[in-house]
Amino acid sequence: MELLTNTNHGLYCPQADVYIDPWKRVKKALITHGHSDHARPGHQQYLCHTKSVAILKHRLGKAITVQGVDYNECIRINGVQFSFHPAGHIIGSCQIRVEYKGEVWVITGDYKTQDDGVCTPYEVVQCHTMITECTFGLPVFRWEAQEKVAKNINAWCLENERNGETSLIYAYSLGKAQRVHALLEEGIAQVYTHPTVYKTNEVLLEQHLFDRTSICFDKDHFPKKGGIIIAPVAFSRSNWVKKNRKLQEAMVSGWMQMRGTRRRQGLDQGFVLSDHADWKGLLMAVKESKAERVIATHGYQDVFAKYCTELGLQGETYDTAFEGETVDV
Amino acid sequence: MKQFVQLYRSLDQTNSSIKKVQALVNYFDIADEKDALWTIALFSHRRPKRTVNTKVLREWAAELAGIPLWLFEDSYHIVGDLAETISLCLPAPRKQDDKNLCYWIDYVRSLKDLSEEEKKSKITSAWDSLESDARYLLNKFITGGFRVGVSQKTIVKALAKKYGLDEAVVSHKLMGNWSPDTHDLQSLLFDTSMADMDAKPFPFSLAYPLDQEVEDLGSLDSLLFEYKWDGIRGQLIKRNNEWYLWSRGEELITDRFPEFKSVLDINTDNFVLDGEIIIRKDGLIKDFQELQTRIGRKNVSKKKLQDSPAAFIAYDIMEFEGQDIRHLSQDERRKKLAPLITLLPNQQFSLSAEIKTSSWDDIKKLREEARSKKAEGVMIKQRSSPYQTGRKKGHWWKWKLDPYTIDAVMLYAQRGHGRRANLFSDFTFAVWDEGSLIPFAKAYSGLTDAEFKQITQWVNKNTIERFGPVRSVPAFHVFEIAFEGISLSKRHKSGVALRFPRIKRWRHDKQAKEANTLADLKKLL
Ligand SMILES: [Zn+2]
Ligand SMILES: [Zn+2]
Repeated sequence: MELLTNTNHGLYCPQADVYIDPWKRVKKALITHGHSDHARPGHQQYLCHTKSVAILKHRLGKAITVQGVDYNECIRINGVQFSFHPAGHIIGSCQIRVEYKGEVWVITGDYKTQDDGVCTPYEVVQCHTMITECTFGLPVFRWEAQEKVAKNINAWCLENERNGETSLIYAYSLGKAQRVHALLEEGIAQVYTHPTVYKTNEVLLEQHLFDRTSICFDKDHFPKKGGIIIAPVAFSRSNWVKKNRKLQEAMVSGWMQMRGTRRRQGLDQGFVLSDHADWKGLLMAVKESKAERVIATHGYQDVFAKYCTELGLQGETYDTAFEGETVDV
Repeated sequence: MKQFVQLYRSLDQTNSSIKKVQALVNYFDIADEKDALWTIALFSHRRPKRTVNTKVLREWAAELAGIPLWLFEDSYHIVGDLAETISLCLPAPRKQDDKNLCYWIDYVRSLKDLSEEEKKSKITSAWDSLESDARYLLNKFITGGFRVGVSQKTIVKALAKKYGLDEAVVSHKLMGNWSPDTHDLQSLLFDTSMADMDAKPFPFSLAYPLDQEVEDLGSLDSLLFEYKWDGIRGQLIKRNNEWYLWSRGEELITDRFPEFKSVLDINTDNFVLDGEIIIRKDGLIKDFQELQTRIGRKNVSKKKLQDSPAAFIAYDIMEFEGQDIRHLSQDERRKKLAPLITLLPNQQFSLSAEIKTSSWDDIKKLREEARSKKAEGVMIKQRSSPYQTGRKKGHWWKWKLDPYTIDAVMLYAQRGHGRRANLFSDFTFAVWDEGSLIPFAKAYSGLTDAEFKQITQWVNKNTIERFGPVRSVPAFHVFEIAFEGISLSKRHKSGVALRFPRIKRWRHDKQAKEANTLADLKKLL
């Protein structure tokens, strides 16, 4: 029997009878991070990093039963040893290491190898088998240094401010929104956040995990001229956006690397900035983990597994049965 | 190429046509004349001749990127654009570019007579001195298909603004056979020598699809109805006893349709006709398929001319007795057009007859019968309208027939491009024939995002076999496929070829065995 198997409820460890990021309701779930394609509602017990506890309660309800674990802390369940390690994806995100009778697996969850200055940076965890995400597992994805992207974002906001236009930045409410916010230079313009982002920030502020403040965008508080708004992409369909002519819209996402996706979104600007590893990041993570067996999931798994095989590793895939696409790109 | 890259970025980054025009004007202010001319050429689909084939480009790019060829090809499949895939895969440049646009265009053109080794070294060295966007543009000069969301209208507006010219005049000047080798900016925009102007076509007037109730267009007698012929749009020019034929894509296709030379048989000279090129034999209009066999051929054999003779169904006239009459009303233009057509040899030329109608119900019924006339629907034109430049609302409408539909079974699924790369979005469909399923069409558009996700999950769970990005699946799901036309084809296993097939809806209510048969499909022929 394998230490971990892919079931229709999600990734399962039979020996410990627990699931990792399951997408259907289970008794005990280990959660890599707070994004909705990983932390699903309805499990009886949740186990995650301490920094993710408040996030999970905020998103899944105060009533959930959740236990927080620190980095490197060992949890033993029926002889299987579990520990959480920084994944550098968003605040509280972890890779989960699973060890049983000397065999070690690592489930990366979502990760990036770049240090974004907001969350705990990625750490290499050595293992025999690595289950890695590969959202951007193609050689066309290569991220530029964060400082360079930050410079472009700030220049764009400044120009809009000078033209009396509002900069509307679309970013996922947990993770990307805080990262972008932290990259904005103080004093360019007043920052507004969409209520979803604002509430997420409040949760993080309370936990001292984030320190930027903003005005919550609502019917009484909105920029009349200039200003910056950080909002989830769904906001683009709101009447306020549709009616407002003095707006410049930008999306911040790894997908902005491809001209086709950039253009299809019908935006004025696309900034290439992702919370997932790029091609080089993935290859580095695989190499440094010393894994002999690499199971690719969550993205271009066929391509990535095939390439791992060519590198002399045992490349395999897990098809994800996630209902949606990846949410946080 | 920095100025041009900057222009490309500004154009690519905005959806506002005002900003696009401004970006072009700013560029024309600073660019040197030769660069400006090439920019105009590139934006009006005049690219340098291809000097390198794309197969070797892919090999060199993979080699330089340090990845196996299959990985490059897979990436290309997902990105969907070769120039872009190359520019993204390659490592950062080690050299700096300070050359202008013309330098790089000439660089690409100079490859023509070089050996493959020399080409490779020149191209890879170019890649190594250009940053990502500039590389992308260079690759586009090589491969063609350069599009940046700049319409002809935008470039015309920008030039008119920059040089204080009339938009209609600029639009006219940019048409036809010119290139940066034959013209400079001065002669292109300001010269009015007749010899040069003789072959110049007018910008075509384009129709909007009818998106409202036909009754709401106005009173019945203010509108002109004619059939929408299923051929290719053409503009026939006769000036100073020479003739020229242009396609809508601004291609000079005079040589491809030598039969229209008979336009020289009459004494009347100096006129320009707008109409549809179709194949007509013994008075009968043939399928579009037959026209297709002629479109691509530069040298038409005698036999081809005999088997598939072309005809020109004229529906408008822009120039008469040497005068631009586009400002006249539709009705007045027709008064000039009709008698002129009667003078022309009727084997090749005819008038697109007005459909006389007395009621809205009547015209609806006549539209339904369009197929029997080998037409795709009905055109509706405002009788009082002048001949417009490009697509303008409120003058011409196309009122197409509802498409054909057939229920088919999904057999293969393929991953999509870009953001859709995680979803299955390209499908092959089949119909029944004596107990087995015969693939007959590929379609990719027509499902909602939620349906794409649903079908993707199902494909993931039910894959039988994988062939690269393609997976075969069990015969289970039925989809209604819509298409515009159908004709016999020897190249297809099913024996038929469809025009514009697409998914109309997912028939959850039908089982695979209830899908249509090949015989049903052939009945539509
Ligand atoms: Zn995530
Ligand atoms: Zn995820």
